[in-house]
Amino acid sequence: MQFTPAIQLIRLTKCFDSVTACDCIDLDVRRGEILALLGENGSGKTTLTNMLSGIYQPDAGQILLDGKPVIIRSPRDAIRQGIGMIHQHFKLVEVMTARENILLGQQSLIKTNPEDAVKAFGLKVGLNKKVYDMSVSEKQTVEILKVLCRGADKLILDEPTAVLTPQEIQSLFDTLHAMRKEGKAIIIITHKLEEVMAVSDRVTVLRKGVNVGTVGTGQTDRFSLTEMMVGQAIDLDVKRVETPPGQPLLRLDKVSAEDDSGRTLLKDISFTLNQGEILGVAGVAGSGQKALCEIIAGLENPSGGTITLDKQPINGLSPREIIKRGISMAFIPEDRLGMGLVGGLNIPDNLLLKTYRDQKGFFLKRKPARLEGEEMIRKLKIVTPGLNVKIRKLSGGNVQKVLLGREINLSPKVLITAYPVRGLDIGASMTIYDMLNEQKRKGVGILFVGEDLDVLISLCDRILVLCAGKVSAIVESQFATKALLGMKMTGLKTDKEDEYA
Amino acid sequence: MRRTLPQMHIVQRSDIKPLNAWGYRLLAVLFALSMGGLFLLILGYNPFDVYATMLRGALGSAGMQKETLKLTIPLALTALGILLAFKMKFWNIGAEGQIAAGAIAASYFAYFHADLPKTVLLLTMAAAGFVAGGFWGLIPAWFKTRFGTNETLFTLMLNYIIYYFITYLREGPWRESVGGFAAMPRFPKQARLPEIPFPFVGNLHLGWVVLLVMMVLVFIYLRYTKQGYEITVVGENERTARYAGMPVKRIILRTMFLSAGIAGLVGMLQVSGPDRQLTDSVGGGRGFTAISIVWLARLSPFGSVAVAFLFAILQKGSSMMQTEYRIPASMSDILQGIILFCVLGAEFFLQYRILKRKEVAA
Repeated sequence: MQFTPAIQLIRLTKCFDSVTACDCIDLDVRRGEILALLGENGSGKTTLTNMLSGIYQPDAGQILLDGKPVIIRSPRDAIRQGIGMIHQHFKLVEVMTARENILLGQQSLIKTNPEDAVKAFGLKVGLNKKVYDMSVSEKQTVEILKVLCRGADKLILDEPTAVLTPQEIQSLFDTLHAMRKEGKAIIIITHKLEEVMAVSDRVTVLRKGVNVGTVGTGQTDRFSLTEMMVGQAIDLDVKRVETPPGQPLLRLDKVSAEDDSGRTLLKDISFTLNQGEILGVAGVAGSGQKALCEIIAGLENPSGGTITLDKQPINGLSPREIIKRGISMAFIPEDRLGMGLVGGLNIPDNLLLKTYRDQKGFFLKRKPARLEGEEMIRKLKIVTPGLNVKIRKLSGGNVQKVLLGREINLSPKVLITAYPVRGLDIGASMTIYDMLNEQKRKGVGILFVGEDLDVLISLCDRILVLCAGKVSAIVESQFATKALLGMKMTGLKTDKEDEYA
Repeated sequence: MRRTLPQMHIVQRSDIKPLNAWGYRLLAVLFALSMGGLFLLILGYNPFDVYATMLRGALGSAGMQKETLKLTIPLALTALGILLAFKMKFWNIGAEGQIAAGAIAASYFAYFHADLPKTVLLLTMAAAGFVAGGFWGLIPAWFKTRFGTNETLFTLMLNYIIYYFITYLREGPWRESVGGFAAMPRFPKQARLPEIPFPFVGNLHLGWVVLLVMMVLVFIYLRYTKQGYEITVVGENERTARYAGMPVKRIILRTMFLSAGIAGLVGMLQVSGPDRQLTDSVGGGRGFTAISIVWLARLSPFGSVAVAFLFAILQKGSSMMQTEYRIPASMSDILQGIILFCVLGAEFFLQYRILKRKEVAA
């Protein structure tokens, strides 16, 4: 019985209409083991875990827990059967303490009291702290505690590191290792190879809904994992293009901003962006990245400070005027379509967004945009059934290519791009980096707000670190390390975290 | 206890062919009619006879057809107005009040400036109706852009204000001097809409031409103009509109002015056409019925006119049903309700489908 896997999936299948999200997936996790589930976006990772946590029902196949076939009817049923799911988005009541959140409405399910669990796994969290006073990492710890206290011995973590700093990631991994020692079976979902190598015992790689193989982490390396994940060998290096130092282009001087309720979003931000430079912006989610982008683009007004473009002040100008002066912004929010594109319109109509007002007359001329669209599809290899498809129907990578392509076609002087590779697979990400580098060569000043520190270090010339709305450091990339950036990201951190990124 | 899974489960559709979609909607209408039939059956009538009577009552003779068309004109035109606001996801449910505002303004010229030449007078009345309706719609739009107020409540509240204002005019300043019954005078001949022949049914007030022209104008406006494009973008995603540098507030105000203006024009056409006087029933619930119409037509201008015609058939047919069978004409409201419920319910099946569970292969 010792070898009975804690979780075993046999030919698990789930289809959505014509798309097979999971195709006959076999998988097993043993007790005291961390299995990494690796795959690009759309490879079926989330669908698989949703079946395990009772959100979806499989179309075919069988789930075995501790050797017994089971049916998981709902998330509540999942936890009753010992499966604890830690989602990317936390489901906590902000005004309650950690302990209250853990006990909330679940008395009947509680198997371990919170104090014991904290001790057993060496977790760092104050049980009497209110959730709104917690950092992202602490909130995550509460989520983990929640499932542990409900007796989960099989844990599934969906992209748990996406919102954490390097130091916090290390502490999460320590927790996972402690749980492994206690005999828990753990599945961690990720698309970051470094983390797979650092934390897991075995890796199962999914590609297009198919399990392409399971390997021991010790027997593999980043490159063969990438090859399994993408289906072909791929050059993983993001290249920094060397350009001669350019003239100062965009300058922010002591810029501050507040939200409607008077809370500080940005405080005394000063930096200069030069021609032909990529200036990276790093920071924990919600450190002011969004406010920074919106203020430069003129969507929000700063409460203090000056912004100059080519030595001309631009604060207080309308978004349209700022676009005309040559500042373009491509901001990819979490839902991808929230800002910049209109999901219900087709490609040409989306391309027209910023230029239609330059057309003369009462009627809208779509012809030029159609030609532009056709050329963009060809040049950026956008996969679409045609020009007239609503942009909502395109996959994330293609949507982002359209957005970035449009901004670049405006021939901006300054390109602000936030999370341009959010949710993209490796191949598509590389295309985006190439597009940015090409702009850099042309002398465009690029402000690149990113999440992945490895990418920031290798792509950018300098990196500005935001921490709770302040600039905590501006470092030359060649001297930057992840540890240094991580420290600067948390260095001045207060307890107030914004939820949006 | 043996655990079993439900035999059915719901799956999202990725795409559906437009033809199939219309098939589903047609089925929904048929289903609604049979539900209505069931209702009639319970009341003790033969549903086929009743439906046949309704159809005859609405379309049986040229005279009846004319009456049905007279009902169609204000319904369809109001729907076209509402459509503009709805396309922007501005929930204008105050068309009723905007019709009244237009009617009052038009009536002012009919009562006090009847000395103008007929054409000039009518054009002035139309312009006044449009502007007054539009102004009545601008109020909630301005508050929304300025203070973020909820337009649904706001437009609804304004309806009451304007209707009590009509009552005030009827009881007070505009009350007809003769007779003890409180009413407003009939319009002078000058202020009445001319009638022009409509194919097959004979003379019909000019409103039908206005309707057809407006239908095409609204279609072109939304589809081919920069302003129409702006309406779509603001409706789909206001954040993106702002980001692209669109003057969102101005677009909301402008669109709402047009939307309410068309409703105001309906008011003018009603008082000057069939009613020939200002009454407090000038809206007649059309502002609300038009909301159902626009939804059923899925915000299509041509579709709205077609659906409005069908609704007019239901209404006109119901009054025939009332006289022949003594079934209250509110049966038509019930039927409209059932149809709306079924067709909107059918949207669920357009987006999802129910599958039988496949055998689990162990």
